[in-house]
Amino acid sequence: MWQAPEPLLFEMSSPGRTAFSLPELDVPETPLPPALIRDEVNLPEISELELVRHYLRLSQKNFSIDSHFYPLGSCTMKYNPKVNEAAAAMAGFARTHPFQPETMVQGNLELMYRLQEALKEISGFAGISLQPAAGAHGEFAGVLMMRAYHLARGDTGRTKMLIPDSAHGTNPASVAMSGFQAVEIPSDERGNVDLEALKAVCDHTVVGLMLTNPNTLGLFEEQISEVIDTIHACGGLVYGDGANLNALMGVARPGGLGFDVMHFNLHKTFTTPHGGGGPGSGPVGVNQKLLAFLPGPIVGREGEAYQFVMPPKSIGRLKAFHGNFGMLIRALTYIMMMGEAGLREVTFNAVLNANYLKARLEKLYPVKYNRPCMHEFVAAGNIAEGVHTMDIAKRLIDYGFHPPTVYFPLIVHEALMIEPTETESKETLDAFVDALVKIAEEARENPDLLHTAPHHTPVTRLDEVNAARKPVLCYRG
Amino acid sequence: MTYVANTTADQQAMLEAIGVEAVETLFNVVPEAARFPRLNLPRPLSEMEALAELARMAEANVDAHHYLWFLGAGAYNHFVPSVVPQLQMRSEFYTAYTPYQPEASQGTLQAIFEYQSMLAELTGMAVVNASHYDGATALAEAAIMSVNAARGNRPKILVSPNVHPQYREVMRTYLQGTPFTVTGDENPAHDLDALKEMLDEKTACLIVQSPNFFGELEAVDRLAEAVHAAGALFIMHIDPISLGLFKPPSHYGADIVTGEGQSLGNNLNFGGPYLGIFATTQKLIRKMPGRVVGQTTDTNGRRGYVLTLSTREQHIRREKATSNICTNQGLVALGAAIYLAAMGKQGLRRVAELCYHKAHYTAAEIDKLNGYAVINQRPFFKEFVVRCPKPALKIAQQLNQQKILPGYVLSRRFPDRPHDLLVCVTEMNSKAQIDRLVTALSEAA
Repeated sequence: MWQAPEPLLFEMSSPGRTAFSLPELDVPETPLPPALIRDEVNLPEISELELVRHYLRLSQKNFSIDSHFYPLGSCTMKYNPKVNEAAAAMAGFARTHPFQPETMVQGNLELMYRLQEALKEISGFAGISLQPAAGAHGEFAGVLMMRAYHLARGDTGRTKMLIPDSAHGTNPASVAMSGFQAVEIPSDERGNVDLEALKAVCDHTVVGLMLTNPNTLGLFEEQISEVIDTIHACGGLVYGDGANLNALMGVARPGGLGFDVMHFNLHKTFTTPHGGGGPGSGPVGVNQKLLAFLPGPIVGREGEAYQFVMPPKSIGRLKAFHGNFGMLIRALTYIMMMGEAGLREVTFNAVLNANYLKARLEKLYPVKYNRPCMHEFVAAGNIAEGVHTMDIAKRLIDYGFHPPTVYFPLIVHEALMIEPTETESKETLDAFVDALVKIAEEARENPDLLHTAPHHTPVTRLDEVNAARKPVLCYRG
Repeated sequence: MTYVANTTADQQAMLEAIGVEAVETLFNVVPEAARFPRLNLPRPLSEMEALAELARMAEANVDAHHYLWFLGAGAYNHFVPSVVPQLQMRSEFYTAYTPYQPEASQGTLQAIFEYQSMLAELTGMAVVNASHYDGATALAEAAIMSVNAARGNRPKILVSPNVHPQYREVMRTYLQGTPFTVTGDENPAHDLDALKEMLDEKTACLIVQSPNFFGELEAVDRLAEAVHAAGALFIMHIDPISLGLFKPPSHYGADIVTGEGQSLGNNLNFGGPYLGIFATTQKLIRKMPGRVVGQTTDTNGRRGYVLTLSTREQHIRREKATSNICTNQGLVALGAAIYLAAMGKQGLRRVAELCYHKAHYTAAEIDKLNGYAVINQRPFFKEFVVRCPKPALKIAQQLNQQKILPGYVLSRRFPDRPHDLLVCVTEMNSKAQIDRLVTALSEAA
């Protein structure tokens, strides 16, 4: 379908049009303080129908899970069940205020408590705080807890956080925000943390290690126990980046593997929608060592009554109020409907789908590490002379597929990181393979088709260099 | 119910293609002792059972549709026009990811660009980012931006004691690993003059909230001059609804503006998800944390939108980034944009006026009651403090019996203020409701 350029709201504005409906003032007026009052605010003036059409048309210029296969590696773009939205929209949840007396929100507190308990069970940790609003927020909480733990023991000489070179950029950024120095650890030829390199830097200055497992290559650390033992032996703690938990549910518990702390991405593993960039939710789980330091408040239970409690040595409050509660409802709804067997089935199929795609694609799109992957894998997109991963990605859009993650992790040249998730059918995966096979042919025979892709979108390739050089960040009438 | 599409036959075919006998084999790398643990979770529920159980929990709460609502203190019961959730919940918006592939994400990108544009208009600032987690985290990151702008040479963050207490807590949580200190709010009596006295060459910023936690508009006229003379940045935290009526922070010379955007078409949601508004000047644009959408052109010269200035961001700059923020509150920002467009120039002003007049009528009526006094010294917008004839907690509990939430009991946070109640009135409160509140307060005295 041809889509016309969509004007900006400001360009659609016409003086006197309105889309609002508000009651008349039913109390006497009070004089306004003239020195403080502004002239008019130049917001758009639009009728409700024009407004509806504007946003409907915009929505149609988006790829989304509900419209397209979206195999974006490390993002776990699985289907977001509709029941989640029905639950979160219940007035008894949506219209409650964070400062209501606890006796008036026992339902909310019960929900939070049950989610805390479920996440404990799934992860093998001793305690959970639901407060962080996103994965990076949870990471930040985790690093602050590690800091607080060492300081509480009078262990003040620890300054270095070890981070594998395959890690998400949020890891080093969270470390810097916490006042520590990030030290990069190389990966070995099998895609694991290089154990010898790790041992070489482990000493009394190490705060800990931040580890994504399975890592961003889609690989489970083959020496996970040795890695964790090495860090513990030098007095450090091990942080788990929970972005890839979708590969572990009912298969392994991070707490059981020896991790000390981990964040969950409810918007990845537990089907709360990504919202075009958020809101997310990034609860943190900890073992006994860190229990007292959890950010709070968290929900405690006494008999049949629930209340907020602040952990005794809490790192403090990470956001106003109690976390992204609306996301917590969606996550618990999902867990309630899955149960143990359901969650394990999810992981089995997420990993099966990824290995199936890998098996079908690796002849055309080389995969560097030749062993079973977990729920994602990293291939390379420079498959013909002059063709780059970005060209493959853009051409996939023409075939109706959202591209995989590109150029990440940084350690794989021309990386194409593919995560199908468990909710995709074999037919969809086969269609995706067919498109990539076709694109590989095109790459050899008519590479220009790739260089100029996408061709069927509302816009063609956009000038990102100029956008950054001369930024236009809002409408200038 | 697992939402898994693969049938047993599919699984078999896929296993054959992979060349393994069973799915379990794919997990052989997991240490055997830790492999396939038992998860002690309740039995899985059907959708019907799950919804019934969730409804039971929802109904165990008191909500703003069934009580008379005068509780604010940072989370506000404003009207949400039906058009907002209807459009926001188009699944092409809510089931999309961060728009890293701009050609396939023009809807999200243009919507965020329009959000940035309308918030720039409302605040008077040159640039607005694509959102933070909430007002508190936006303010904490503004403080960090101010120390970074001074390259760490100015470690002191001055904050007014009238800033929301939880925002001040969050700021301290954020800064605990750094050499930067938050000060100025130790003494609740510190007014803006006292804070001005504390400005020095070590000060990175002065932070003021207006309307402040107690509802008053702060006397920020000419304050920026003093802050800038000391070489510091002036940070203002605002209520976006109040900007429909009152002069924007740019008028007062603010360098960074933050706000809680929950009021803009978003439900109370028990405190989240909310919307952190973050705006700054042209000069400081490359110091700003968070995502931002820019306008550009495609290969055919057509207008389009992309995420831009990403060299400030964690995925490029890693430990040298301005912030670690990645996932933000995109969908809530979209809702705020739809809200602002629906209200438009006239509607937003009308909301602000309704709040102002209704709050002032309420305050005047309460002030007339025996034993009650409204103690605000400065002009206020939609919230004000009532000194009650007996402990505010007792009065609130009495009114709760009549299904009235009369406000925020300040002793919950300020133990030395047992008689003070922070009352919030919005466009949602009719005169009849207000009169019932006044009568109930009178009876409870």
